[in-house]
Amino acid sequence: MTVTSPDPLLVYVLRLGDDALVAGQRLSEWCSRAPILEEELALANVALDFLGRARLCYQFAASLPGAVFDEDGFAFRRDCREFTNHLIHELPCGDFAFTMTRQFVVDVLNVPFLEKLAVSAEPRLAAIGATCVKESLYHLRRSRDWMLRLGDGTAESHRRLQDAVTELWGYTPELFEQDTLERTLIEQGVAVDLAGIQPAWHSEVQNTFDRVGIKLPTLDWQVGGGRRGLHSEHLGHLLSELQFMQRAYPGLKW
Amino acid sequence: MVNTARMLSLETPLAAERLRQRSDSSHPELWALLDQVMDPEIPALSIWQLGILQDVQCDGSVVEVTLTPTYSGCLAMHEISVFVQKSLAAMGFAEVNVVTRLNPPWTTDAMTREARARLREEGIAPPTPSSADEPLCCPRCDATAVTRISAFSGTACRAMYRCSHCHEVFDHFKAI
Ligand SMILES: [Zn+2]
Repeated sequence: MTVTSPDPLLVYVLRLGDDALVAGQRLSEWCSRAPILEEELALANVALDFLGRARLCYQFAASLPGAVFDEDGFAFRRDCREFTNHLIHELPCGDFAFTMTRQFVVDVLNVPFLEKLAVSAEPRLAAIGATCVKESLYHLRRSRDWMLRLGDGTAESHRRLQDAVTELWGYTPELFEQDTLERTLIEQGVAVDLAGIQPAWHSEVQNTFDRVGIKLPTLDWQVGGGRRGLHSEHLGHLLSELQFMQRAYPGLKW
Repeated sequence: MVNTARMLSLETPLAAERLRQRSDSSHPELWALLDQVMDPEIPALSIWQLGILQDVQCDGSVVEVTLTPTYSGCLAMHEISVFVQKSLAAMGFAEVNVVTRLNPPWTTDAMTREARARLREEGIAPPTPSSADEPLCCPRCDATAVTRISAFSGTACRAMYRCSHCHEVFDHFKAI
């Protein structure tokens, strides 16, 4: 049997879309549960930005040769093993410190990532990068503020922030993994080379936590596999909620 | 008498460029028609004033309207496309294509002076043009002593501030 390998660009844009969709779905779980009204608004708005980003990626993916789904199909009709998001996004929200710490490490990465995507040789990826980088700049202002406020706040907020950093740290190396497919796209000027971003990402994260006495743990464990469809048990539960309507009533329209 | 040159010089370079593009269009009536399409989230502003209406082309009975979304998570884009279709259909244009263009991305610099003034009338502090060094001031009393109390408000494009002089809380349309 001959297996035709899928278009690398399609695989790449789905990776970016899956990161955004899963991140946005997690953030939206805070709706009606945020600690204060201002954060209620912020979390919901940031969630919307990520869902909008996922839509842009899926719309682009749906237009590529070899796409077997339309925009909605990519979100609602694929199972866990077909999702290729990084594991960090699918982790449950935890407490507010955990959600904001995840947001911070992701925002610090997303700003330079999207800046570089905005000059991709693939114009439709460049357009997504140019639109989304402005949002991520604003997200980062807020998530960095919260790192400083929680780190400099009470003994409890400091402890919760430290716990979140410790728990999340082993999920961060995966954000910088690149396989042969991405390397090929990098050589073509299409994909973003994460290796060039990692040192600045690390020093910005380190500097922010240094300011408030939060220690970066030694990396004695790390996980990965999201890009190959290998996920934690959490993604299935997230998808069962996200996809319920389309699973129960296939083809349902508003 | 209105000094047009002076008025244009107060526009951002991008807004001035948009005004020129509009006045050079061979279909001024279509632009005027679309002035009726307001942004559902900021009903004080039309899609032209907000800066998301980029172009209107007409070929026979076919109209093509180009829009740029404000934020990727903007919920209003679908609704706006429907409004555009409807308002043109009402004037007999049955075939209307609404094209979404992402690049160059939307910026608040696309807003005209008139749009900024409309926002102030609505009690929303307008975005500061990126080329100008204007402080953010309270839309009620013009005081510049203001404090941000929330990074977001009812929509992604706004933040919430409090005036230290009149003590009113107001929305600020963030400059991006
Ligand atoms: Zn005031």
